[in-house]
Amino acid sequence: MDSVTIWTVIILLGLGSYALRFFFIGIVGDRPMPPWLLRHLRYTAVAILPGLVAPLVLWPAATEGEMDPARLTAAAVTVVVGGWTRNIIAAILAGGAALYLMLYLVG
Amino acid sequence: MTTETDKSIFFKGVRDAAPFVLVVSPFATLFGVVATEAGLNVLEALTFSFAVIAGAAQFTALQLMVDQAPVILVLASALAVNLRMAMYSAALTPYLGGAPLWHRALAAYFIVDQSYALASIRYEQNRQWSLRQKLIYFWGTVVPVCPFWYLFTVVGAVLGTSIPEWMALDFAVPITFIALIMPMLRTRAHLAAALVSVVGALVFAFLPYNLGLFVAGILAMMTGAEIERRTQPEGGA
Repeated sequence: MDSVTIWTVIILLGLGSYALRFFFIGIVGDRPMPPWLLRHLRYTAVAILPGLVAPLVLWPAATEGEMDPARLTAAAVTVVVGGWTRNIIAAILAGGAALYLMLYLVG
Repeated sequence: MTTETDKSIFFKGVRDAAPFVLVVSPFATLFGVVATEAGLNVLEALTFSFAVIAGAAQFTALQLMVDQAPVILVLASALAVNLRMAMYSAALTPYLGGAPLWHRALAAYFIVDQSYALASIRYEQNRQWSLRQKLIYFWGTVVPVCPFWYLFTVVGAVLGTSIPEWMALDFAVPITFIALIMPMLRTRAHLAAALVSVVGALVFAFLPYNLGLFVAGILAMMTGAEIERRTQPEGGA
């Protein structure tokens, strides 16, 4: 990988990412947005993040896409503890503990 | 609106975001390590994190660069992963849109998963907050997240390949995101949206350029919005 490619990607991806972040808050500002749009926007996080995570859990890159009992268990424990306690840090710690325990037991 | 109140709201943001230090740090470290393995030097890795400040997109770009993909495909895929930032920006606009342009321009750069998620939860809980208080809270959530993103990218890049594989740093990402999502599932509409998102992302995983995630995301948003419309005609969330 040559440094021209690296810097091209860094600069253009940086500008593109900023443009995405700036577009609504910067251009739209405090002009009112239609209720149907706001109703959809309330669900952005729950619509995107689970879909981002699901393939990472089922087909982790670290195991070259093969299902991995340790990672599946860790994800399940995080879901259960997170759903039960609604506490982000508790869920992370439980998920991390489950991951290391399973990696130790299963290998 | 006393100084004390501003201060307490700021530190509420810092406290809410503080746990993320534990996840942002390993994630950033991992990025530094992977970047070094891919052939980037410390300065390039740090600039990458500083310019893009979005882990999932950075990993996507790096992976495709390692695979020798053309630059245009690297950019398209990573920006597709980052499209959610535009949605976060839109979602924060009703709360922060009244701020001066310079303030919005500065805040826009710091819209990340954590600052968005915390702000949207707290803004809904504290509708009495003034614009100023909302902005103060937002900046509070940024403090424990973004500086650590830069710092630990450098740590990872310096450590390079000496981090043992058994630490399974790769899974810091899914665990963080799941932990972030679970408390958001507080209505049937949110739960249904999350399920559609998961199923959609898996079903459409065959689509190129990460388009599957966006098909799934749009279907999931429509699901959430439609259920809300049917169950809560007055529009409260």
